[in-house]
Amino acid sequence: MAEKKKGLNLNRVDMPRQDPKERIKNFNEVALGYTEEMAVAEAERCLLCKKPLCVQGCPAEVKIPEFIALIRERKFIEAARKIKETNALPAVCGRVCPQEEQCEEMCVLNKKGAPIAIGRLERFVADYEAKMGAVEKPEIAPKSGKKVAVIGSGPGGLTVAADCAIMGHEVVVFEALHKPGGVLVYGIPEFRLPKVIVEREVEYIKSLGVKFECDVVVGRTVTIDDLMEKEGFDAVFIGVGAGAPIFMGIPGETLKGVYSANEFLTRNNLMKAYLFPEYDTPIKVGKKVAVVGGGNVAMDAVRTALRLGAEEAHIVYRRTRKEMPARAEEIENAEEEGVIFNFLINPVEIIGDENGWVKGLKCIRMELGEPDESGRRRPVPIPGSEFIMDVDTVIMAIGTRANPVIQRTTPDLEVNKWGYIVADEETCKTSKKGVFAGGDIIRGAATVILAVGDGKKAARAIDHYLRTGEW
Amino acid sequence: MFKIVEKKDWHPTICEMWVEAPRVARKHRPGQFVIIRIHEKGERIPLTVVDKKPEEGLIRIIFQKVGKTTWELGTFKPGDYIADVVGPLGQPTHIEKFGTVVGVGGGVGIAPLYPILKGMKEAGNRLITILGARSKDLLILEDEVRAISEEVIVTTDDGSYGKKGLVTDALKELIESGEKIDQVVAIGPGIMMKFVVKTLEPYKIPCIVSLNAMMLDGTGMCGVCRITVGDEVKFVCVDGPEFDGYKVNFDELMSRLTVYREEEQQALERFKNAHPEIFAGVE
Ligand SMILES: Cc1cc2nc3c(=O)[nH]c(=O)nc-3n(C[C@H](O)[C@H](O)[C@H](O)COP(=O)(O)OP(=O)(O)OC[C@H]3O[C@@H](n4cnc5c(N)ncnc54)[C@H](O)[C@@H]3O)c2cc1C
Ligand code: SF4
Ligand code: FES
Repeated sequence: MAEKKKGLNLNRVDMPRQDPKERIKNFNEVALGYTEEMAVAEAERCLLCKKPLCVQGCPAEVKIPEFIALIRERKFIEAARKIKETNALPAVCGRVCPQEEQCEEMCVLNKKGAPIAIGRLERFVADYEAKMGAVEKPEIAPKSGKKVAVIGSGPGGLTVAADCAIMGHEVVVFEALHKPGGVLVYGIPEFRLPKVIVEREVEYIKSLGVKFECDVVVGRTVTIDDLMEKEGFDAVFIGVGAGAPIFMGIPGETLKGVYSANEFLTRNNLMKAYLFPEYDTPIKVGKKVAVVGGGNVAMDAVRTALRLGAEEAHIVYRRTRKEMPARAEEIENAEEEGVIFNFLINPVEIIGDENGWVKGLKCIRMELGEPDESGRRRPVPIPGSEFIMDVDTVIMAIGTRANPVIQRTTPDLEVNKWGYIVADEETCKTSKKGVFAGGDIIRGAATVILAVGDGKKAARAIDHYLRTGEW
Repeated sequence: MFKIVEKKDWHPTICEMWVEAPRVARKHRPGQFVIIRIHEKGERIPLTVVDKKPEEGLIRIIFQKVGKTTWELGTFKPGDYIADVVGPLGQPTHIEKFGTVVGVGGGVGIAPLYPILKGMKEAGNRLITILGARSKDLLILEDEVRAISEEVIVTTDDGSYGKKGLVTDALKELIESGEKIDQVVAIGPGIMMKFVVKTLEPYKIPCIVSLNAMMLDGTGMCGVCRITVGDEVKFVCVDGPEFDGYKVNFDELMSRLTVYREEEQQALERFKNAHPEIFAGVE
């Protein structure tokens, strides 16, 4: 190829972002996205490898070199459609995938420290397609006469719903909250994933004929057996995520000023508390905020706290920067915005004042010992090293687990010892006939793209099951 | 969207509605509640389902106008829609034949108490009920409670009806009169429930309470409703709302309810200024 001979271009095209000083005063998206010229320039760097390693890094097997080649030809809409062949949510994934551990990590140019900015290109073409009003409705297969219930409207559920509708099945999505989108609407903040993008995807899926019924908590409002026996659903997909918050179990967690990240983010994102009192839901952020954790959720919470006016926003993490599971780009963004990172410390107690409000966070210093099951070095406390951080708000972002409401009312659904639903890796089939599951509820809190990948597989398996009756 | 089909004002500050929510009406059991959001900009608040007509797809809610949301909901009329009603949430009451059950309800706590007592009655229990209100005009559901109770004792703070005093005074009297009580169910303000339990303690009479914690999703997703019960932290929306009164940390419950007091005041003031007519003539 001609480009190859010219030698490698290692100048990754930067993506414009809002100035950190400005952006901490608003909730608008931080990243501004490529222009056409930037996208083409970045695409030009691609070696269009014959055996593209990047594709192996993508859980959805997006046809990366093919879509990049289309960008070079300025066929942006075609590029978007190429991605959509395997990933229903490119505008979302381009923004939130941990590319540095997936496609971009595998990219050959990563050896030279300059992988192709696959995520940025992905979001560019998806946004371009939407901006041009060129989102195309695929051909929908003739009606199969079968009904599919999708429980939960996160990325997994949305993908199943779209694909099953295209395959000709009647689909109803049941969502516990008042708005569809799952973590994409209640968890991930506006400044990282504007809600209009999620709404756009939901509208598109509605245009395929999918019905959404919000305010339905399956397990309470209706059970899976009701859906299958009384409401005539032939198959069910469970994509309810791993939404139950984990607290540390240390003294002081019921003090005022302590939040789970889920509460803090839900108030702000789903309920729009940052627009209080125009919106009715309040949120309170003190002057000095400590967010416990090192993942995406912690980054989202700490950056939200800054935008709500916190004077100091701290990350409290028991390992070091190297072990932080958050997306690299968001850690950088947080640093630029002035978040203070405190590594190798772990909270042992939250201290309250006489009125029950937080006034400090007692922590102990840690050091890294032997590697644990996850391969990361295990943090061990240093005896006698306790100290008190002067904070008035503490946000726990140390993870989530399965919510047992569905399992409790569906006894024939097998779950593992952590309460996650057991499902076949290839087909997402559960132990209950006609019931499939995918996303965080089968593997614990993971990523959007893994949920999308499950959705793709499950839709194929559901279609097969509905057409053949084979289980 | 959930249509309001009937509305009744018990008092300028206490309102009742029958709302179309067929799925909730079908599944509801005593002790369970719904979360509602009145419109697109609304907050999510929990309300007990006081009664239901499953065949008609209706549920009955009763609320006291305290903050901006409940005041605004009070302006809704039959034919209007509530944006969201989700439920039934929480664990249903554990109902069995205990023998003599004493219900203690304070203020709008009588609303969640009533369906539980009804369930207790249907299970063959003998009911004695103590209802407390600040004054006569704030007392709700008296006739319905009388219809299922063998005896009803009313107390008012100002003595405008029934006995002057608190529900705990009446409860103590009842116990001391030699009445054999097998189970108490107490629902009302945190402070009332706390003192009901204190009153019962010397006699070791078991007591169920239903907690009015702050809530957001109501499905176990946010943890704002957490409260210490015994030596565990429980989520009221999924583990409750009913707990063994002897184990609940009521001080913590009351403290946590004040987190947004300033914001609630601010929102209410703003609403008052925008709609003074709604508040005309109401203290
Ligand atoms: C704050 C935050 C930031 C994140 N950042 C990233 C990131 O940058 N990149 C990334 O790849 N991943 C990120 N993740 C993880 C990612 O969002 C999840 O892995 C993904 O959303 C899981 O998708 P899902 O389809 O399994 O379900 P979810 O998105 O969890 O959605 C489940 C839906 O089901 C609904 N539901 C639950 N129970 C019921 C019920 N009983 N009945 C009906 N509905 C029900 C819920 O209300 C919810 O809407 C983040 C997660 C959080 C919380
Ligand atoms: S979906 Fe994610 S992993 Fe796959 S190509 Fe896009 S950014 Fe990379
Ligand atoms: S209200 Fe959110 S967990 Fe109970």
